[in-house]
Amino acid sequence: MPIIVKNLTHVYMPGTPFESVALRDVNWNVEDGEFWGLIGHTGSGKSTLIQHLNGLLKPTSGEVIIDGVNINERGVNLREIRQKVGLVFQYPEHQLFEETVEKDVAFGPKNLGLPEEEVTRRVREALELVGLKYDEIKDRSPFELSGGQMRRVAIAGVLAMKPKVLILDEPTVGLDPRGRDEILRQIVRLREKQNMTVILVSHSMEDIAKLVDKIAVMHKGRMVESGTPRQVFKNYKALASIGLDIPQVTHLMIKLKEKGKNVATDVLTVEEAEAEILRAARGKGHA
Amino acid sequence: MAAEILAEGVCYRYSQAPDMALKDVDLRIRKGEFVAIIGPNGSGKSTLAKLFNGLFVPTKGKVTVDGLDTRDRDNVWKIRQKAGMVFQNPDNQIVATVVEEDVAFGPENLGVPPEEIRRRVDEALEIVELKDFAQKPPHLLSGGQKQRVAIAGIIAMRPDYIIMDEPTAMLDPVGRKEVINTVKRLNREEGKTIVLITHFMEEAVEADRVIVMSEGYVIMEGSPREIFSKVDKLKAIGLDIPQVTELAHRLRGRGLTIRNDVLTIDEMVECLCPLL
Repeated sequence: MPIIVKNLTHVYMPGTPFESVALRDVNWNVEDGEFWGLIGHTGSGKSTLIQHLNGLLKPTSGEVIIDGVNINERGVNLREIRQKVGLVFQYPEHQLFEETVEKDVAFGPKNLGLPEEEVTRRVREALELVGLKYDEIKDRSPFELSGGQMRRVAIAGVLAMKPKVLILDEPTVGLDPRGRDEILRQIVRLREKQNMTVILVSHSMEDIAKLVDKIAVMHKGRMVESGTPRQVFKNYKALASIGLDIPQVTHLMIKLKEKGKNVATDVLTVEEAEAEILRAARGKGHA
Repeated sequence: MAAEILAEGVCYRYSQAPDMALKDVDLRIRKGEFVAIIGPNGSGKSTLAKLFNGLFVPTKGKVTVDGLDTRDRDNVWKIRQKAGMVFQNPDNQIVATVVEEDVAFGPENLGVPPEEIRRRVDEALEIVELKDFAQKPPHLLSGGQKQRVAIAGIIAMRPDYIIMDEPTAMLDPVGRKEVINTVKRLNREEGKTIVLITHFMEEAVEADRVIVMSEGYVIMEGSPREIFSKVDKLKAIGLDIPQVTELAHRLRGRGLTIRNDVLTIDEMVECLCPLL
């Protein structure tokens, strides 16, 4: 389900002393099945942008076209759009409210008016997609789970709606490294299994560099970069000037290159850096 | 009287929990030190922090702050004045509607005279570099700024020890850097003893000493270099290692001659240049 964002501008509280432009003329094409990382600082417009993708916010000007439909046109059923575009907010566990995990995850599909067996089937499937065992966890209170588990239950609640596009706003914030890696692994698996389009909003280049197909960088309401991680990291000086870090290993290779060493600089992971340095060292007869 | 926080044989069990959250912890935090505590979720880091200023009292063993036993309820106020705490969520720590009033809240409660409060608030805001924000409502500040207001509120109470429980976990990278720079300044320029609990290894690298917790035990203790050279052990308990440290470790495994305690990009460049 392709998403096209065209000349999107959003102004908060226009015509008041608090008027502020959150998005300026953003253009963005997300192809079916792509995995995007959306990066930028707090206040750069990332959250405002994603809230346009399921109609939570309306553009001040410009268009959001999902699956060929301009979602802000009169007569468009936003409920349908929100079912297709699932949005997982920051700290989604704060939105858990039911007595049991099963009831919480079932809340969305029940509201769709689905028959009970279908609801149960979806709840089971959604919980298993996020790596939780349905039978073990369904009757527990969501509030007695660990932080990482609560977050996965909250994500399952969105998955139970069977969205075609999954947008996650900082899904790993506040988790420890193990919790973070677990969530990221689940997202990768999900995408492979369900062939979903995924947009991952993040502060961390190191986390997403190795996962996503493409990165879009927001700065002061504009989309200042977009492309594959390798393309985007080439402009590391531009990224640094807006205070965004590239992965440490990418930075290392660039510094080696600047010292006149014959190494490729487009590495994204520790493994790639290892291979590239070994190659160069062998050329010099070391290793 | 010893100028230190001392934990001796400390165990702690939460009410109704079957197991101890902390098991036989012996630790000494010396005055003037900057100590980082790392460990996965549930390893006991936060529990330990809360024992350091008497928020929790040990189930077994004892904690003393400058010789004052936290089990003695008469010591509680003295201890809290010596050891201030900063928590994860800045929004939960701010009580007033104007920044300087928030910073004044602590010393006011200590009964500090008004002129002295004024002096302390100005000084605290100066240290966290938020002087220009004194009259602003806190909700208009960024996460990093709010967390610095919370820190200023602690500084204004003039503690010797500042214990920070993941103060950067909810901040973006810019906010994180602001807070860590403030923490470093507090230690190096103001001479405050810092205990920093964190998940971020780039923050732990800045400390004088790193303590690693796992399943309620202190399992490692040493300088950042000593600790981060134990790549396999840290990975096994689910902790991060700086990318360059891991790369150095892997390249050594492949036969390259590289130090095993590389922590920064520049050190790694230095190690690699002769080989490439």
